[in-house]
Amino acid sequence: MDYSQFLLMPQEVGLLLVFLLVFIYDTFMPQRSQRALPVFTTVLFAIYTAICFVPCEVGSAFAGMIETNQATWAMKNILNVGMLIVLMQAAKWTNEEFMRVRRGEFYELLLLTLFGMFLMISARHFLLFVIGLETASLPIACLAAFEKKRYESHEAAAKYVFTAIFSSAIFLLGISFVYGIAGTLYYNDIATMIIGQKSTLLVVALAFVIAGVGFKLSLVPFHQWTADVYQGAPTAVTAYLSVISKGAAAFSFLVIMAQVFGAAYSTAWEWMLYAVIILTITIGNLFAMRQHNLKRFLAFSSISQAGYIMLGVIAANTLGMASMMYYVLVYVFSNLAAFGVIAAIERQTGKTTTDDYNGLFKTNPWLSFTMMLAMFSLGGIPPFAGFFSKFFIFVGACKTGSVAVYVLVLIALVNTIISLYYYLLVVKAMFIRQDDCAIPTLKSSCGERAAMIVCALGIILIGLASCIYTSLTEYTAAIANIFSQI
Amino acid sequence: MPLSFSIAVIAIPLLMFLFLGLAGVKMGRKLTGVLGVIAMGVTTVIAYGVALTYFFDSSYIVDGVRKAVIVWNPDWLSFAKDYVVRMGIAIDPIAAMMLVVITTISFMVHLYSLGYMSDHHGNPEKGFQRFYADLALFTFSMLGLVVATNLFQIFVFFEMVGVSSYLLIGFYYHSPAAIHASKKAFIVTRLADLFFLLGIMILGYYTKSFDFFGQNGLTGICDSQEAAQSAISMAGGATFMGCSVMAWALTFIFIGGAGKSAMYPLHIWLPDAMEGPTPVSALIHAATMVVAGVFLVARLFPLYVIEQGAMEIICVVGAFTAFYAAAIACVQSDIKRALAFSTISQIAFMMTSLAVSSANGALIEIHGGYGLGYMASMFHLFTHAMFKALLFLCAGAIIHAVHSNENSDMHGLHKYMPITSIAFLIGCLAIAGIPPFAGFWSKDEILVACYEKGLGWGLWMSAVAGMTAFYMFRIYFLIFHWKEHKVHTEHKPADQVWTMTLPLIILSVVSVVAGFVPMHDLVTWDGKELHTQLNWTVAGSSVGIACVGIALAFVMYFKENALPSKMKNAFSGLWEAAYHRFYMDELYQFITHKVIFKAICVPIAWFDRKFIDGFMNLMADATSQAAYGIRRLQSGSIQGYVYLYLIGALAIAVVGMVCVLM
Repeated sequence: MDYSQFLLMPQEVGLLLVFLLVFIYDTFMPQRSQRALPVFTTVLFAIYTAICFVPCEVGSAFAGMIETNQATWAMKNILNVGMLIVLMQAAKWTNEEFMRVRRGEFYELLLLTLFGMFLMISARHFLLFVIGLETASLPIACLAAFEKKRYESHEAAAKYVFTAIFSSAIFLLGISFVYGIAGTLYYNDIATMIIGQKSTLLVVALAFVIAGVGFKLSLVPFHQWTADVYQGAPTAVTAYLSVISKGAAAFSFLVIMAQVFGAAYSTAWEWMLYAVIILTITIGNLFAMRQHNLKRFLAFSSISQAGYIMLGVIAANTLGMASMMYYVLVYVFSNLAAFGVIAAIERQTGKTTTDDYNGLFKTNPWLSFTMMLAMFSLGGIPPFAGFFSKFFIFVGACKTGSVAVYVLVLIALVNTIISLYYYLLVVKAMFIRQDDCAIPTLKSSCGERAAMIVCALGIILIGLASCIYTSLTEYTAAIANIFSQI
Repeated sequence: MPLSFSIAVIAIPLLMFLFLGLAGVKMGRKLTGVLGVIAMGVTTVIAYGVALTYFFDSSYIVDGVRKAVIVWNPDWLSFAKDYVVRMGIAIDPIAAMMLVVITTISFMVHLYSLGYMSDHHGNPEKGFQRFYADLALFTFSMLGLVVATNLFQIFVFFEMVGVSSYLLIGFYYHSPAAIHASKKAFIVTRLADLFFLLGIMILGYYTKSFDFFGQNGLTGICDSQEAAQSAISMAGGATFMGCSVMAWALTFIFIGGAGKSAMYPLHIWLPDAMEGPTPVSALIHAATMVVAGVFLVARLFPLYVIEQGAMEIICVVGAFTAFYAAAIACVQSDIKRALAFSTISQIAFMMTSLAVSSANGALIEIHGGYGLGYMASMFHLFTHAMFKALLFLCAGAIIHAVHSNENSDMHGLHKYMPITSIAFLIGCLAIAGIPPFAGFWSKDEILVACYEKGLGWGLWMSAVAGMTAFYMFRIYFLIFHWKEHKVHTEHKPADQVWTMTLPLIILSVVSVVAGFVPMHDLVTWDGKELHTQLNWTVAGSSVGIACVGIALAFVMYFKENALPSKMKNAFSGLWEAAYHRFYMDELYQFITHKVIFKAICVPIAWFDRKFIDGFMNLMADATSQAAYGIRRLQSGSIQGYVYLYLIGALAIAVVGMVCVLM
């Protein structure tokens, strides 16, 4: 075996290295230095993230099972940044009393799931993809159940694991159909085999693949676990689920579409996705309007955000793909900012409903300000990054030029207005409503503050720095070869 | 000093704004002020270095033409390949000159404000730090405007200038008058900027470029006369309502400039803007922001000379505004308002001068281009900034001493405030156009340019110049002479602290010598040297008419006498009309409140309430009902979830199959 092939997957190898170091630290360091584990992991991961920004070699390894190109490189870097923010936010929480014994596990599982996600993105063979998918799914159930003394935490884990298993089964069924038709599981080979065929079985397979990935993306109607799990899981895990896990699923879905199914059945998958997107955005919004628990509210908001993300796939062009990556990047900062605030407040007061936030601005101006930025960005108010990401994703979709997509964009626009209602409700609670017994002035930890500053800067600056979008457009050219055949 | 230092000129005020804005509250007042002054001083030194290098380093002159230099010009918004919006720094003659003007005045005002803003009627000024932060923001915006490399950047900074002006006019936000004034200024200039944006859009649509100067093999619209000509011809002769679209675009852009430069009928905000602190009036509403419109027209001058229709409009508007504002300035009793109208009139001089410079084809032979009026306009911009800032700062010192803006509360101050009195006199002599003071040289060039367009234009502007001398000396005599009848019991007015007096002295010196700057060598529209000589007929007659104006003011206002009130009674209708600014504000009030609000807004509001809101409420109710109706989908039971999952997967499979089979 040619070990130099590992050099073609530097991000995965680096991540494993981080994992191993954390594992060694956790296992062999004495109890008294365990307190430093969160900081150790965060700093290590920060170094790793920074190193990963060095452009990597492009190529495919392990008999074409793994491919590294600029697009996957950029995707993984986006996930790394998000992961780093999550780690910063979680540092204080993992050190609290009841977490003492198990904080090592928390980080190890988190890093392992990220590794699985990297495999999902880089895989060019469905078996490897499934391995990645499972690696990225199962540990999350453990993470969701991390607060052993909370009933909801268990419920979340149970629901997650059941639905994950079910969706994996459906997904594998779909893949087996594909294998039955194409006789191979390599992306490229499948793509060449199925082009020009008119097999209904393949359409079913395609639907099952969408369902399988749609579970991780929480697209409607595969979304129902989302609210319960988001609410029940510890907030750090919820943040991770809603941003990193979702982002990775979106990226790998994009890769699958662009590399395997893009050209064949373009009408079929586009209409399937069309229906799913409309359902996702609308139903996500309608549910989000009625939520009082902020974690549940963000769960539904993130469902509807996933619908917007999928607009980039339906565009099926480089612009759409770049817009989608850009959207995820912005979403990482916006959503993590929101979760950061929620986590900081929940950690110290245990309060998570909108009404608890009444008058927050008076007592915690910086937390409120960050939350406001997050809400504005998620709602798409200029000049914050969320506006630009929505704008680009709409532009990308409109580039297809079909009337149906225009209608889709129109529906998405209407939904944007609806979403403003509930995002602004939170802002209203914090800034306009008064409450005599508002949450007292809180002191966030260094990690939480750093994470919030990073998120706030990201929300403000990413939209204005157009070079990010321009370079993403260049990167996506690496995986757009199939879309160009449509 | 390399031109790349100009980045620091822009960056320092921005950083100061951020720093003072964020950390100012935590710092002491004194520290904030001193820090602001030092930073501005450094900026000024660098700006002078950059400007002098650009003007006197011969490497920037190619074939006798002073070339524009693009220092830094990164892509800012490049979401499509062919439409790129850049943000950068370009130094050309007018930009370099403006750097000097802005930093000089800004530095003087920073220094002056240390004294002026330290107390408000004896109490420590609230928001001292905010004031310095806003000053830095304004300076940054204005500098960014003048070094802009493209129209879009100019627009962005135009707006920022408007915002910082808004903040500074409304500095005393507890006073209703200041709030109204700041709102008025903002709304009027915003309205004008709407036209500016329209103009940019039309221009950009046809020329496919916002850039003034070429770079990397591309040509900008202002590179040369040929480049401008080809940009204009890219419209392909498209017309709208009988005029070429380019003429429309340029007229719209001029309207944008007219808003900032307070040309009639968009001038109404400027007199009210005097509610702001006086140093702000000196910086923004006398020397820098109000010339942004002139600068804009000068920047696009190569385009304007081709579109003569737009130029004619500017010419008429400018000439009328000059006279109109001068007439009002003759009767105002509030010294800051009188100075404000004087500013409007002087800026109109600059506009007219720009507009007449393209007039006569035959003169191209003599002056080697359209340049005389352009040069004169920029020259006057330069000198006017200096002496008008001087006058405003003097006015500030007087107001600070007597706690009133009305000249009836002043009278006979020359005994108490000798330095201020002399400085004010120098300013008046300069603006009246008495040699060798700065205003004489620049105004003379303007008048020559006007006479070249036509005798009528020349006579008209000469008459306005005479009025200028009259109203300025009217103010001067009323403040410093006349009969002192107010008894200064509490404390006698006196020259102010050194931080306030020093800027007066410096600016007085500048006002004396600024006329000797060889502007015709340095600042010309095409970068070539312009050969001018003093036209003795025009110079002599303009000095003569200025002297007549001063003499008239002397007779009427030097000593207390009944002549002014006699005149007032004799022409009471005219006097009243001029005092009330020819009822322009009332006209605006009438049009907005009675016509626009009643006839247009009320029906729209009704339609909005009944139909739009009704429809929206219906939508909202429907959405809310739907949200309630589907709540059962989220049952919490995992079996239900899995069923729905399976049904969903099969359903989209059916959708796909239908598509494939059809």
